[in-house]
Amino acid sequence: MNESDRMRRKTRWFMLGAFAVAGIAFAVIAASGINKNLVYYWTPSDLHANGEKAYGATIRLGGMVAKNSIRNLGGSAVEFDVKDATRVVHVKTTTVPPQMFRENIGVVVEGTMVKGGYFQSNRLMVSHNNEYKAPEKGHPVDRKELERMMKSVEQGKS
Amino acid sequence: MIPALGRILILASLLSAAAGALLGFAAGRSRSVDGLKWARRFAYLYSGLIISAALLMVYALLTHNFSVGYVAQVGSRSVPTWVTIVSLWSSLEGSILFWGLVLGAYIAAATYFTRGQYAEYQPDAIGVWLSCAAFFSFLMAGPANPFLTVPNPPLDGPGPNPLLQNHLLMAIHPPFLYLGYVGMTIPFGFACAALIKGRLGHGILKPLRESLMLPWIFQTIAIMLGGWWAYEVLGWGGYWAWDPVENASLLPWLTGTAALHSIMVVERRGILKGWTITLIQATFLLTILGTFMTRSGVFNSVHSFTQSAIGPTILGFLAAALLFSIALLAFRIDKLESDGRIEGAASREAMFLINNLMFVLLTFTVLIGTVFPLIVEAISDKQMSVGRPYFDSMVVPIGAALLFVLGIGPALPWGRATGEQVRKALLPPIAGAVLFALIGYIANVRSPWTLLTLAFGGYAAWVTFAQMFLPMMQRMKRGESAATSFVDAQLRRGRRRFAGYIVHAAVVVVIICIAVSSSMRQSTELHFNKGQTLKASGYDVTFLGVEERSEPHRTSIIGRFDVARNGKPVAHLEPRMNQYQMMREPIGTPDVHSTMAGDFYLALSNIDPVAQTASINVYATPLVMWIWVAVILMGVGALFGLMQ
Repeated sequence: MNESDRMRRKTRWFMLGAFAVAGIAFAVIAASGINKNLVYYWTPSDLHANGEKAYGATIRLGGMVAKNSIRNLGGSAVEFDVKDATRVVHVKTTTVPPQMFRENIGVVVEGTMVKGGYFQSNRLMVSHNNEYKAPEKGHPVDRKELERMMKSVEQGKS
Repeated sequence: MIPALGRILILASLLSAAAGALLGFAAGRSRSVDGLKWARRFAYLYSGLIISAALLMVYALLTHNFSVGYVAQVGSRSVPTWVTIVSLWSSLEGSILFWGLVLGAYIAAATYFTRGQYAEYQPDAIGVWLSCAAFFSFLMAGPANPFLTVPNPPLDGPGPNPLLQNHLLMAIHPPFLYLGYVGMTIPFGFACAALIKGRLGHGILKPLRESLMLPWIFQTIAIMLGGWWAYEVLGWGGYWAWDPVENASLLPWLTGTAALHSIMVVERRGILKGWTITLIQATFLLTILGTFMTRSGVFNSVHSFTQSAIGPTILGFLAAALLFSIALLAFRIDKLESDGRIEGAASREAMFLINNLMFVLLTFTVLIGTVFPLIVEAISDKQMSVGRPYFDSMVVPIGAALLFVLGIGPALPWGRATGEQVRKALLPPIAGAVLFALIGYIANVRSPWTLLTLAFGGYAAWVTFAQMFLPMMQRMKRGESAATSFVDAQLRRGRRRFAGYIVHAAVVVVIICIAVSSSMRQSTELHFNKGQTLKASGYDVTFLGVEERSEPHRTSIIGRFDVARNGKPVAHLEPRMNQYQMMREPIGTPDVHSTMAGDFYLALSNIDPVAQTASINVYATPLVMWIWVAVILMGVGALFGLMQ
């Protein structure tokens, strides 16, 4: 083996090593970036089940607006209860509620639990079904639809 | 009658694609001239059949033939004709048929333009193309049949998804995207053929590069059109949200861009052959992954269709294509011999390599963020997504680094360079960097990343313009007239080079405008009573009242606003809520006043026709328009280079 071959082999190993280090560094940075920026899709029951974890985490909470719970807080702020079959979460939001917002409608709010035990939201989406159905009274909330909405990222993004 | 005819065309296209694929691979093995001839004939036959099937569907849509399943699903007598034509790709089955149409056209064109040449590669390439074609025909023969017979045809249908009727851009964005996505099949075929033959000779580089460049152009424009559409329709004031659907269109673009650069290194130095092939294969695989993500309903969006059950089938195809690619690479990559090696760190080829690594890094960043929630859901059934800050924090530094490489790469010479050469090449453009950053600072830019982007952009702009006209300047120094040197050095002989730098200049504009527009955007929330005037971002917005308007397929509630600045009227804007027939909820549509300096954007969040009140979100964003313009310039520049 002559000198230049040995050099070439050495540079190859050096390059491989450099790539490996860079790759690991990238993986670590990406993993911590993902970990810090996860958005959880929870129902009120999930939120209660997760206890302390709900404080500070970014959450999309999906459920139904409870009857007689909507109160205006002045300006655009609104508070209301979001419920599922078993649990209720109190929500305060600072954004203007969208056109369709009312009682007994499916909503998804994005925000987090804060001290004082309520859910502080800066984003409110109303269940927005793309299926072609004639308007009906009552508008029963469909769980599937809420799940799809929690995942929906194209509409009403802020 | 039409459903039966359509069904026959689809089945015949499946048969001809499958037969042609087998013939192609067999001819590639036996090097039989007759085999290749027949494979080519089957390729044309497939194209003819699938294009006829798609045109038959267009005819059925235009004649409102509701006995065809797909027409009954998306057709409507009350929508305008352009919406009827757009319906072809507005739902699952039709969009697969449209895929077939585009693939058929691509395969016929690629077969035709490479006839009589590249006999070494063509049979296997045709084999790969027609295998892909057979899969999509199989989808339509089975799980996504557009030509179902409706036993009792309805008198009228619901029309396509209202979000797609809401803006004319929806008529342009999907065809461009398909022309980009589907077109990646052609370079994939050439790349696989090169691996099968174990040779990436100089001869195949031209069709490889051109067949990659053309869909890349469409894909570039399509991504921009998608962002523009989101901006004009969705009403959140931005054009990019890192949502899975957007990422799906970006991923193959990133690897495709990397491949376009590495092909140049193969051409020039004979190195990075295996790497280039890998990038082209990855580009194709990412288009299929994107199709899976957007079409299978794993992500909710305007692109996904609830009734679709083709997810597992597409996933199966993706797995097969991935295995095929990996196996080919594993067994053949050693045969692609390098003709040289990288001479030093301060050389153009080293910069190409860094450029490529950056693009791959970007691809992984976006891919991981997009796929991670799917993996978590598959394993633990927990639902989550990766938030936008992840993408921003990862992509911004890599993007800035890419812009930096875009600046210094073209300044450096190929091969080994002396220290003196390097200094001479790299020092002067610093003036451009300082100039751009200074202009930004004077215009109130304070975000450090944006200032850095401006500096890198200024550097890159300087280098790009110096390089762009270098051949012309050299000729003029030798005493030729400006006109002849321009025509000869820029438009004729140096056209590809000139075109490349046009694209680079446009990229500099795009990146700067993205940085400025996203860091300098101002948003305000306003609540109006009729006649009230409120201030937002230096503008006076007056609410004139609510108007209701009826059209055959929709009714609109319109908020009428006058916008003025310093007492002078600027624009009259009418953001609206559109209520479509057969749909429960209204869709908000914003209204935008665009100028060269920036956009003023109003979106309704709440409007009450009875009380005559309205709540709106106001966004003032600088330089947005230049993103659309510069991306179109990227496409035009690349097309200009391609037409040599």
